[in-house]
Amino acid sequence: MTILTIDRTSWNAGLDRARGDYTLVGSAWDADCLGFRELAPDEYPNMEGLLTRLSPKGVVFPPSQIMMTCALKPGDVKQNIYVSEEKLPSPRAVIGIRPCDAKALSLMPLNFDTGETKDPYVLNAWESCTWIGLAVTEPLASDFSTSCGTGPFDESPLDVLLVDDGERYLAKVITDKGTAWARSAGFETEAEEGAEALIKTKKEAAERAITSAISFDRIKEKTVLELYEANHWQKTTFACLNCGACTFACPTCWCFDIQDEVYEGKSYRMRNWDSCMTSLFTQHGSGHNPRETPLQRTRQRFMHKLKYFQDKYETGIMCVGCGRCIEQCPAGIDIREVCKTMNSQA
Amino acid sequence: MNRYTETIQTLAAKLLETGDVKTVLGFKRGTFPLTTEPFLATTPADTGELYWDVNCRLNLATYLKKEMGKVAVVAKGCDTRNILVHITENRIKREDVVIIGVPCTGMIEVKKATEMAGGDILYATEQGEEMILTTAGEEIRVPKAQLLRQNCALCAHPNPVIYDMLVADPVPVQTGMDRYADIREIDAKTSDAKWAFFDEAFSACTRCYACRNACPLCYCPTCFVDESRPQWVGKGTDPVDVRTYHMLRAIHCAGRCTECGACESACPMDVPVRLLTRKMEKTVGDRWGLEAGLTLDARPAQDIFCLDDPEEFIL
Repeated sequence: MTILTIDRTSWNAGLDRARGDYTLVGSAWDADCLGFRELAPDEYPNMEGLLTRLSPKGVVFPPSQIMMTCALKPGDVKQNIYVSEEKLPSPRAVIGIRPCDAKALSLMPLNFDTGETKDPYVLNAWESCTWIGLAVTEPLASDFSTSCGTGPFDESPLDVLLVDDGERYLAKVITDKGTAWARSAGFETEAEEGAEALIKTKKEAAERAITSAISFDRIKEKTVLELYEANHWQKTTFACLNCGACTFACPTCWCFDIQDEVYEGKSYRMRNWDSCMTSLFTQHGSGHNPRETPLQRTRQRFMHKLKYFQDKYETGIMCVGCGRCIEQCPAGIDIREVCKTMNSQA
Repeated sequence: MNRYTETIQTLAAKLLETGDVKTVLGFKRGTFPLTTEPFLATTPADTGELYWDVNCRLNLATYLKKEMGKVAVVAKGCDTRNILVHITENRIKREDVVIIGVPCTGMIEVKKATEMAGGDILYATEQGEEMILTTAGEEIRVPKAQLLRQNCALCAHPNPVIYDMLVADPVPVQTGMDRYADIREIDAKTSDAKWAFFDEAFSACTRCYACRNACPLCYCPTCFVDESRPQWVGKGTDPVDVRTYHMLRAIHCAGRCTECGACESACPMDVPVRLLTRKMEKTVGDRWGLEAGLTLDARPAQDIFCLDDPEEFIL
């Protein structure tokens, strides 16, 4: 592991050099919304460390994605046969992702690669990425990442960790992928000896600045039924409008729906983001719906994030504490409060 | 603390103690700055949680359900108009709801407050006509009037139009404001320019349906976008599907919308959804001289037909 120093004045030139080998992905403004997406050849990522409205999950899991296409024209040899649109994306450098968001995406293989079953669309996109995170030096009030097994300087999901140090970035190169990107960008000046200590100081300051926390130790101990049948759900879920704002903004909500659409003589099999907040999400072909009521659906979301995922994978909860759902919920629902209620004694 | 909070708590406690209602639907303080959370008080003790400030952006008529039994609801001017629409549409019965009317001085827009504060707001308090916004670096005082949502800044009916009790004396009603300057500006654009404008304006929509779900008027048992047999609208991000949803919803609310602004406040992506509903509102006013939710004696615009209805366009 090396620590490089990158002068801000040479940052853009480095990114441009790396464009030869990588497509750049980063945060950028579209109208009034800061998003996270592939950048145009003349575009540079926003490096102000702001929280993007939607999480960067779209980088590996787009809101709408064509999985297969099928010719419908009579006479076409492949008429009515779906052909996969699996693509091996060219290498992408994901610049300035928040460490906790990168952590969220690093959990995706748990769901999309079971060993037996691999989702080529997500996994290929994920593999193509070099994760160049930007440490969060000024955490927001809604940030509770440190209690979710990650944090503002979490290196574990990253190939490179950038730390803002005024006129320069300190770049902690963590993996071979990271080394390759730094080389491609021409970033090679090693930082002074005290750089590691400086990063550590900044890390501690950022972690201290996060004042909100959750605990889920008792949720782990309690049984599923105990939590499921608890009598607080009526109250806890009352305000929920059952919109999909939280699920779409969330970096760890990966549920999708598959739909066929026909357009100009061709059929498209698409995967679209879906949300467990909607009734249609669980509507069975028979007409039966196991989660017909709003309470059942809201409870499901919290049970999945805070209990089922924890039990199934033993890697902690399905939440990285980015705070987007808290900031965006139109009804003022705060997952930290729900977690506190679920984690309470008895 | 907003002076209305205490009155709301007292009125609610009395209603629950006397058994006049089973529940009181109001707001409680949010856990996060500049938020509130809809809350159902079921016992007099619960009423201590009831709260009022400039962040009661949602319209609680959305939460009124037939099966609630007799319920009291805290309602701003625009919310009471909406409840009136519900009564006209036979969705709720007047005698089933006790309206605690709030003469309203407007709700603020979080985005404006955040921009004004220039950073993450850690605390926000209301003091008279001012908001005190505290960030890590400083504390600023901003006149509330500068932070108002557009629908509040242009509000013509801040006082409840239908109520059983008021939490305070009616507030002064502003007159002479130009409610449709921005709508006329869009109307004046060429077709191409309009198309480009709406393309951009609605491009951020993820169809999370927060606008629809926050809207009290959207009470169809199954919304057309959720129909699956047959499916009317594509589920992807195709702009045609996104536009279809927004336009149909707006037309569905024509002559019913009371400009409570809950839709736009609920939108996590800042999509200006009210542009469409306000265009409808303007059209209904221009063509038929109707304004939704002001009297129980008139039928909603789309519910009546007269031989001399103007017919220059489909609406």
